[in-house]
Amino acid sequence: MSESTTAILEAAAATETQSVKLSMQQALNRALDEILSNDPKTVVFGEDCGQLGGVFRITDGLQAKHGGSRVFDTPLAESGILGMSVGLAMAGFHPIPEVQFDGFAYPAINQIVCQIARMNYRSRGTLPMPITLRVPSFGGIRAPEHHGESLEALFAHVPGLKVVSPSDPHDAYHLLKYAASRPDPVIFMEPKSRYWQKGDVGTSDGGTLTGARVVRPGRHLTLVAWGAMVARCLQVAELAAEDGIDVEVLDLRWLKPIDAEALATSVGKTRRAVVVHEAPLTSGLGAEVAQLITQSCFDTLKAPVERVTGFDVPYPSGDLEDEYIPNIDRILLGIQRVLEYRRG
Amino acid sequence: MDSLLPVVAAADAAPLSPGQLRELYSLMAAVRYLDTSAVAWQRQGIIPGYAPELGQEAAQVGSAYALDTARDFAFPTYREMGVARTMGVDMVAYMSTHKATWHGGMYDPVASRLAPIQAVVAGSVLHAVGWAHGQTLSGEDGVALSYFGDGASSQGDVHEAMNFAAVMKAPVVFFIQNNGWAISVPTERQVAGGSVAARAAGYGIPGIQVDGNDVVAVHEATRNAFAHCRAGNGPVVVEAMTYRRGPHSTADDPGRYRSLDDERIDAGTDPLERLRERLLAEGVADEAFLTAAHQAARAEEEAIRAGIEALGPRPGNEMFDFVFQETTPALENQATRWREESEHV
Repeated sequence: MSESTTAILEAAAATETQSVKLSMQQALNRALDEILSNDPKTVVFGEDCGQLGGVFRITDGLQAKHGGSRVFDTPLAESGILGMSVGLAMAGFHPIPEVQFDGFAYPAINQIVCQIARMNYRSRGTLPMPITLRVPSFGGIRAPEHHGESLEALFAHVPGLKVVSPSDPHDAYHLLKYAASRPDPVIFMEPKSRYWQKGDVGTSDGGTLTGARVVRPGRHLTLVAWGAMVARCLQVAELAAEDGIDVEVLDLRWLKPIDAEALATSVGKTRRAVVVHEAPLTSGLGAEVAQLITQSCFDTLKAPVERVTGFDVPYPSGDLEDEYIPNIDRILLGIQRVLEYRRG
Repeated sequence: MDSLLPVVAAADAAPLSPGQLRELYSLMAAVRYLDTSAVAWQRQGIIPGYAPELGQEAAQVGSAYALDTARDFAFPTYREMGVARTMGVDMVAYMSTHKATWHGGMYDPVASRLAPIQAVVAGSVLHAVGWAHGQTLSGEDGVALSYFGDGASSQGDVHEAMNFAAVMKAPVVFFIQNNGWAISVPTERQVAGGSVAARAAGYGIPGIQVDGNDVVAVHEATRNAFAHCRAGNGPVVVEAMTYRRGPHSTADDPGRYRSLDDERIDAGTDPLERLRERLLAEGVADEAFLTAAHQAARAEEEAIRAGIEALGPRPGNEMFDFVFQETTPALENQATRWREESEHV
């Protein structure tokens, strides 16, 4: 083989889409490793993030590789972690703090809402907050109280915050790298029940990272979901297909800003929609999704947008969480209600 | 009260020179004049509200005078006009927050080395810790100066900030202006134990209580605290005991919670008067200097007032423009609709 042929093959290999099989935990860990390697201003910190590598091992090995100045443990105080992130951002750093569990974002809510979300505004754009707050989120692991909450609607309601949630390892890897590269604060909600499922991660090309993603095309109805509910909706779609119902599954990914065009395109085609989330029903993000769909598709909708969600109750104990989180049957029943709807 | 742990004295701990003492007086006079004028501006309808710092001139000027704007950074609340003036911040831009022009003030916080004004008491104390830890990570020698009051010291964020700073040995000076009152609640019903500085011992860091109405004492304590931080010894708590001689804000009525007799007794000697007597007694300044300082303060206030009166409202599109560095389609749509509806396009 001539030298020039070798060079061409190598170049081809380098540009070819490469893929590895990783769990979401491994994908997030690899993304953080690369962010730390590529951006000397990045700092990763939180409770047990250093020596231990985080309770979910998302930061495993990062302190050993990048040093205790870049990856470090903080005292056990969420307001402190987030307030400190503001000061680090003011000093030119790109903080990636972790709040160990969703429910422990509440003790930091003052710093998140009154400070992180507003500093760019208050300072007229002179003090940007390039903070990516990682929050292991949602339920499904039979954990203690405050370890299974869905805070997306609360965060999405706050001016100045952006909110994203990946549903699979590929998106986890690419969305984290993307979020960390942006100049605005991003709440990065990791579906903790999906940390250990493996999937193909294309490491050379992340695809489009800014909007929603059709994970299963279909003709009859759109299931809109995010985080851990996407995998469940895919299961539902397979079951519905056995009955001849062709379900499209739209992974919203960005919960703020919401990809209104993707909703319009998908539901414009299917003319029916069910939105699925773990969070309580009332004032949940499903209401916002339903309104966006209604706004763009009112004339062609075959039925009102249905919501299949958690209930207006505190997130229950592990024995009851399967009753609370939308399960396959409840989603199928939601689909049935939409399909059977007749104008009165 | 003595510090429980020693503060490393400043290497250049020479006494303030006569020129510096006169400069402190000029600064305090300028702050006094602007502060009392701002209350009048509110009464005249020039500004909708103001939070006076009457009586706290020594605490604010003396502490901020220790800050090096080439490398340090200050984190104020909403009653730090004297700090801003001492740091050389554009005072029309600073006072614009009280004109209701822009919440954080119109000054550039990065160039000014003064974080935006904000109303959550203790909200910025943790920011000072983060910024200071950033200095450690970058190998730089800047010190964060965190301002808060006795009321804010009740907030949990103050504990988290002091604990974080002590654990990380972050170069932060926690500067408390204990002015006796959190709106209507006196210190004895706010600060258990009577001293915020005393808490420092629990964190294993130095805490100093200082006469907050003595500008020289305040300055020396703060200067020593800065030297302690800069030498890599971690944070220091400085509690300046002072007195809020005015109302909490121009909307407050102190008559509902303290009498004029109480004020006269508790306020002690006016800090500006104290410095005046000292300068005259020590022969550092004469009446001509003092008169000139007051004339300069008056001229400065007139220029600032003219600037404030000339300040129009910001264009409405700025409501949308500064939410994000990278705006969103939804926000763009709202901005477009606002423009169309407000301008009847």
